[in-house]
Amino acid sequence: MKILVCISNVPDTTSKINFTADSKAFDKNGVQFVINPWDEYALTRAIELKEAKGGTVTVLNVGEADAEPNIRKALAIGADDAIRVNANPTDAFFVAQQITAVAKENNYDMILMGKESIDYNGSQVHSMVGEMLGIPSVVPAFKLDMVDDSTARLEREIEGGKEVVEVKLPFVASAQQPMSEPRIPNMRGIMTARTKPLAVREPVSAEAKAEYVNYSKPEKKGGVKMIDPENAGELITLLRNEAKVL
Amino acid sequence: MSVLVFVEGLNGEIKKSSLEAATYGSQVAQQLGTTTTAVAIGDVQESALAGLGAQGVSKVLYDSDSRLNQFVADAYVKVIAKAVEQENATVLVFSNSNIGAAVGAKLAVRLNGSLATNVTSLPKTDGGSFTVTRGVFSGKAFADVALTSDLKIVAIKKNSIDITSGEGTATVESISADLTDADFAATPKETVMQDTNGGVLLPEAEIVVSGGRGLKGPENWHLIEDLAKELGAATACSKPVSDMDWRPHHEHVGQTGITVSPNLYIAVGISGAIQHLAGVNSSKVIVVINKDPEAPFFKAADYGIVGDAFEVVPKLIEAAKALDK
Ligand SMILES: Cc1cc2nc3c(=O)[nH]c(=O)nc-3n(C[C@H](O)[C@H](O)[C@H](O)COP(=O)(O)OP(=O)(O)OC[C@H]3O[C@@H](n4cnc5c(N)ncnc54)[C@H](O)[C@@H]3O)c2cc1C
Repeated sequence: MKILVCISNVPDTTSKINFTADSKAFDKNGVQFVINPWDEYALTRAIELKEAKGGTVTVLNVGEADAEPNIRKALAIGADDAIRVNANPTDAFFVAQQITAVAKENNYDMILMGKESIDYNGSQVHSMVGEMLGIPSVVPAFKLDMVDDSTARLEREIEGGKEVVEVKLPFVASAQQPMSEPRIPNMRGIMTARTKPLAVREPVSAEAKAEYVNYSKPEKKGGVKMIDPENAGELITLLRNEAKVL
Repeated sequence: MSVLVFVEGLNGEIKKSSLEAATYGSQVAQQLGTTTTAVAIGDVQESALAGLGAQGVSKVLYDSDSRLNQFVADAYVKVIAKAVEQENATVLVFSNSNIGAAVGAKLAVRLNGSLATNVTSLPKTDGGSFTVTRGVFSGKAFADVALTSDLKIVAIKKNSIDITSGEGTATVESISADLTDADFAATPKETVMQDTNGGVLLPEAEIVVSGGRGLKGPENWHLIEDLAKELGAATACSKPVSDMDWRPHHEHVGQTGITVSPNLYIAVGISGAIQHLAGVNSSKVIVVINKDPEAPFFKAADYGIVGDAFEVVPKLIEAAKALDK
């Protein structure tokens, strides 16, 4: 089975978010980057399936050279090879077109990625790729198993419940907890990752359709009003009469 | 030119988040000087559809094909695409739900539209532009995004618009697309609905009572549940709580869980780690109950109680019981 896992390189979850002085771009200064946490669920599940059934796991990142440490990390966790499409992604549509171009050349049995990226929170790329390739997309999925060599069984989240979906390969799915237990690379993995192939290719020509023109941060809260624990019930009165939320 | 809104049903009724989408759509239509049509699929009662008039919708296109009672992305896309064409829609509005985001993304590809999800504002439309604000960096920031294609598709973040209600009734017409077996390749085999604790869905809830590791164990969750019940709230939890299986994963809120933006978020025994805050910090009012006065959550709170959850929460439940509803 050939699995493609798309990973994005995002600010560490503990990062304070800042923008350039003109508010036009994210300020990368002093920010650590990690593999998007949701993508790690997809990556580990792909590796588990490969371990159980054989096959290969290729990781794909659309991004610039500074993403390579995290691509190597994905290889250290157990992916076999990697592709980086050398571009600074401008919007989801652009990224989806790059993934689709790679997928069209390689006939993957499944394409997995995270439910959303924790930076742009778009939840779009997976469904766009499914549409561009004309194959089903099952999003967001929290369970993925093979029924037989040509059929997968997924459980996807819907508001208020879950659905069980069986699809023929190939398909696209996005992952969320608890699809797998993300792994930490071990020393052997880190050593072998250095020798695994990481191909860099140039982007196909593609258009972006959403233009990010300005960034801002939420207004700061006015400060907290403390209530004496002995009279905790007073809180309920305040929530009704002052905050007017009850 | 018109504005088309996709509305989702649940148990025959229209979801609250879809009423928000309908309100949004009507307000955009007013801005653009046009009308609002809704498209609905599957399990929704006609009376509920007609009721969308209250949100300013003049017409509803309804596909009652029972195969669509379950969500099948490709089939939904075909029906909505047909509605876009029929109505000559230039703006397409979804709720930012699991369904809305998926279908919106597919339609953006199929109809060559530009898409913004997680939208929190009405568009700025001066000089023919169409710029919306969307939440980014897991609630730590906002971005203004200009949509440039002829067809603009937006998915509205839950609880970011107040539902309006007026007088009107919408007319309901049927619509059907030429659905083939191929459109149903990913039909769910089984749908299982959760126990929603008084029927309040977490992502749509206006009040959320959430518990963290400070609750010590699942056997103490009655405190969270009882308070939620008194307030008509949904229950939620922090990540370690669901990781330890004290609570199901679909209750986990935060950066890697569900993002919520209720009017009131009550956090009990939760430290307020940055990843937790990321998923809840757009709540309008935040209440924090923690025995540690240094807990970081107090910095993000509007009201706080430094105290032991096991003593404080029963008092809150008593006070909530005494409220005249
Ligand atoms: C990549 C990544 C993603 C993450 N995503 C998420 C996410 O989506 N959501 C999330 O929640 N976390 C997430 N986390 C985890 C996050 O960093 C914290 O570990 C987590 O939020 C802590 O949960 P907690 O506050 O319940 O537990 P703790 O940190 O253990 O805090 C418990 C709190 O309870 C208080 N307490 C104890 N006893 C009592 C009592 N009797 N009465 C009152 N208060 C009491 C303590 O003072 C303490 O503040 C993520 C972490 C990483 C690395």
